[in-house]
Amino acid sequence: MKKTLKKLLSLGLAVTLAASMTACSSGTANETAAEAAGTEEAADTAGTDTGASGGAVFKIGGIGPITGNNAIYGEAVQNGTQLAIDEIIAAGGINGAQVEFNFQDDEGDTEKAVNAYNTLKDWGMQLLVGAVTSAPSIAVGAESSNDNLFQLTPSGTSVDCTKFDNQFRVCFSDPAQGSASAQYIGEHKLATKVGIIYDSSDVYSSGIHDNFIAEAPNQGIEVVSDEAFTADNNTNFSVQLQKAQDAGAELVFLPIYYQQASLVLAQAQQMGYEPMFFGCDGLDGLLSVENFDTSLAEGVMLLTPFAADAQDEQTQNFVSAYEEQFGSTPIQFAADAYDAVYAIKAAAEQAGITPDMDASAICDAMKTAMTEITIDGLTGDNITWTADGEPDKSPRAVVIENGAYKAMD
Amino acid sequence: MEKKHKTPAVSMNKTTVNNLITYGIVIVAFVIVQIVNATGNMSSLMTGLLVPICIYAIMAISLNLTVGILGELSLGHAGFMCVGAFTSSVFSLSTQDALPAGIRFFLAILVGAAAAAVAGILVGIPVLRLRGDYLAIVTLAFGEIIKNVVNVIYLGKDETGFHFSTKNAMDLNLSENGMVIMNGPQGITGTPKDATFLAGTILILISLVIVLNLIHSRTGRAIMSVRDNRIAAESVGINITKYKLMAFTISAALAGTAGVLYSHNLSALTATQKNFGYNQSIMILVYVVLGGIGNTRGSMIAAVILTLLPELLRGLDNYRMLIYAIVLIVMMLINWSPKCIEFRKRHSLKRLLGKKEVA
Repeated sequence: MKKTLKKLLSLGLAVTLAASMTACSSGTANETAAEAAGTEEAADTAGTDTGASGGAVFKIGGIGPITGNNAIYGEAVQNGTQLAIDEIIAAGGINGAQVEFNFQDDEGDTEKAVNAYNTLKDWGMQLLVGAVTSAPSIAVGAESSNDNLFQLTPSGTSVDCTKFDNQFRVCFSDPAQGSASAQYIGEHKLATKVGIIYDSSDVYSSGIHDNFIAEAPNQGIEVVSDEAFTADNNTNFSVQLQKAQDAGAELVFLPIYYQQASLVLAQAQQMGYEPMFFGCDGLDGLLSVENFDTSLAEGVMLLTPFAADAQDEQTQNFVSAYEEQFGSTPIQFAADAYDAVYAIKAAAEQAGITPDMDASAICDAMKTAMTEITIDGLTGDNITWTADGEPDKSPRAVVIENGAYKAMD
Repeated sequence: MEKKHKTPAVSMNKTTVNNLITYGIVIVAFVIVQIVNATGNMSSLMTGLLVPICIYAIMAISLNLTVGILGELSLGHAGFMCVGAFTSSVFSLSTQDALPAGIRFFLAILVGAAAAAVAGILVGIPVLRLRGDYLAIVTLAFGEIIKNVVNVIYLGKDETGFHFSTKNAMDLNLSENGMVIMNGPQGITGTPKDATFLAGTILILISLVIVLNLIHSRTGRAIMSVRDNRIAAESVGINITKYKLMAFTISAALAGTAGVLYSHNLSALTATQKNFGYNQSIMILVYVVLGGIGNTRGSMIAAVILTLLPELLRGLDNYRMLIYAIVLIVMMLINWSPKCIEFRKRHSLKRLLGKKEVA
C-alpha cells in the first residue's frame, strides 16, 4: 500500500512538474520566439561589428562531406571553392571588401549538415556555398530559408534543392539531366532501343532514371530493359547486361557513378556485348579509375558540363592551379564549386552589397541580382539563373576517343 | 556495510529518490536551457542540437531496456527508429491540410510508436522464443532490411486516395495535383518541422516514467528474473516469452518515438547507412554501454555527451574524428577497466565524505 502510494506520489510529482513546464513554456512560446529573433539580429549585428573592425570581410560558408562515403565530392568542392576564394582575395576581394571562407563537414548526413549550418551561422556566415549532396542541401535549405540566408549549392541535383527562393544551384537538376540525355539521344538518333542500368538506392541515379523514362517516349526511344542494382550489390552486372543484350538494346544508358560504370564496361566486354554506352556527369572520372583498361571506355558518351582535359584557356588555368595546390586532377564537383564562388562574386557586385549589411538584407539583394548576371564559367558559357534557382546553360556531350574527351555536337 | 541496518521502507525510498533525481536532471536541464535561451546566450549550434540530444537520449533509454533489463542484445535499434520516422512522416504529410500542427504531431508520435511496436512484435515473436543471441542477429538483419525496403517504396497521394509502387514515381499514375510522399531512395522531403525541445523533453520524461516504473514493478522484476536465471524464472511459472516480448515491444515503441522526433526535425528524410544503418545502432549501443548497462540515467547522460562531443570538437577540423575515437576509448577504460573502478572506489567522493562523517 505504502509502495503504491509512493509510486503514485512520484508519478504525480513528475506529471505536475512536466505540466507546469508545459504551461510555462507554452505561455512564453511566443516570447521566446520573438526573443530568438531578437538575439539573431543581435548576433548578426555583432558579427558585422567584428567584421567591420577587422576591415569588413564577407563571410562565406561551405558545407559538404569531407569524411565518409562521399568524401571525394566534398573535398573537391572544398578545394574548388578555396581556389576561387584565394584568387578573389589576391585580386582584391568583392566590392573592395575581403572574403573569409569556412568549410564544415556534414559527413553526407542531413542531421550533421544542419549542425554544420548552425556552426557556420555562429561564425557569422553571410553567404553559403553548399551543401554538396542532395539530401543535406534540402535539410539545410529549410533552415536557410527560415533565416533568409543566401544559399548556392554547387552540386545538389535533386529538384527540392532549390525549393525556396533563397536557394540557387550551379549544376543541372536530376530532371534536367535525365530529360536532356533522352533529348540528346533522340535528336541525334543515336538509338531507338535503349537499355538502362541504374542504382535504385542512389538519389542521383534514380532521379535521372525516372526523368529519362518519362522523356523517352517523346523522343521515340523505346526502353527495352530497365534493370536496377543497389549499393549493396554493385560489383556484378552480368545479369543486367544479359537482359539488355537479350532485349536487343542498341544503347545502354548508365546514369550511375564511374566506379560502377568501369565494372559494367569490363563485364560487357567479357560477354562480348558491344552496345553504345551513354552516361551523365557521374561518369566523369572514368578515365582515372585505377587498374581500369581505358580502351574499354572508347566510344562512351557522356553529358558533362566539365572535362578536365578541355582545351580552352580558362579550364586549363583552373586545372593547372588546382593540380599545383592540391596534387590531384579536379573533377566536375570542383568546377561547380569554382563557378559557384564566381557566381556569388558577380551577383554581389551586381547587387552592390557590402559586408556590413546583415545576412537577410544581403540575401534579398542577391536573389534579384542572381537573375541578372551572366557568367562564363568552367561548366558552361553564358550561364544565367532563373528566379526559381535553376541555371540556364547548354548541356555539353563528350565522347571518349583515344583516351581523352572529345566534344560532340 | 554500515548501511545494512536500514529498513526496507528506506531502501524503497532510495529507489524513489533515485528516480526523482533522474527526472530532476531532465527538468533542471530543460530549465537551464530555457534560461540560457531567454537571455540570448544560446549559440545557433546548441539550439540546433537540442532536439537531436532528446532523440538520442530516448534511443539510449529505449535500448537500455532491451540490453540492460531484458538482457538481450539488439543491433538493429536504428531500424525501429527508421520505422517510426517514416510512418510518422507519411502520416504528417498526408494530414498536413486536415489537422492543426499540435494535434497532428501528437497523433504522429502515436502512429510512429505504434508502427515501431508492431515491427518489434513481428521481430520478437519468433526470435524471443529462442535461447541465445539470436535477437542480435535478427535485429541486425532487420535494421538492414527495413532500410532497403524503405528505399524501394514509392507512395503518392491525390484526390482518389493513396497510390503505391515499388518501381518508380511515374508508376504511381498520380493526377495533376497529386503529391509524391515517399520517393524511393530520395526519401521524404518537406515533413513539417514540428519537433521542439519542449516536445523532446516531455517525450524523454514519458520514456523515463514508462521504463523506470516498469523496472520497479512486478513485471519488471519478472523480466529481470528472466535475464538473471531463465530456468529459475521458468520454474516459478513466469511466462518467459510474454515478458521478453513485452519489454522488447516497449523498447521498440520508444525507439519509434525517437524516430518521429528525428523525421519532424529535418525537412529531408532518407534512409541511408549513416542515419539508420547498423553504425547508428552500434552508436546507440555505445551510449548504453558507456552509461552503464541497466543504468537508465547513465545511458541518457552518455547519449547527451556523445551527441555533443563531435559537434563541440568541430574547431579541430579533420582531427575531430580521431579525437572523438580516442575520447571514446578513454571513457570506456575509465568506466569499465577493473583498475579504474578500483581507483574510483578508493578515491570516490562518497567515501571521502563518509570518512569526514566518521571523523
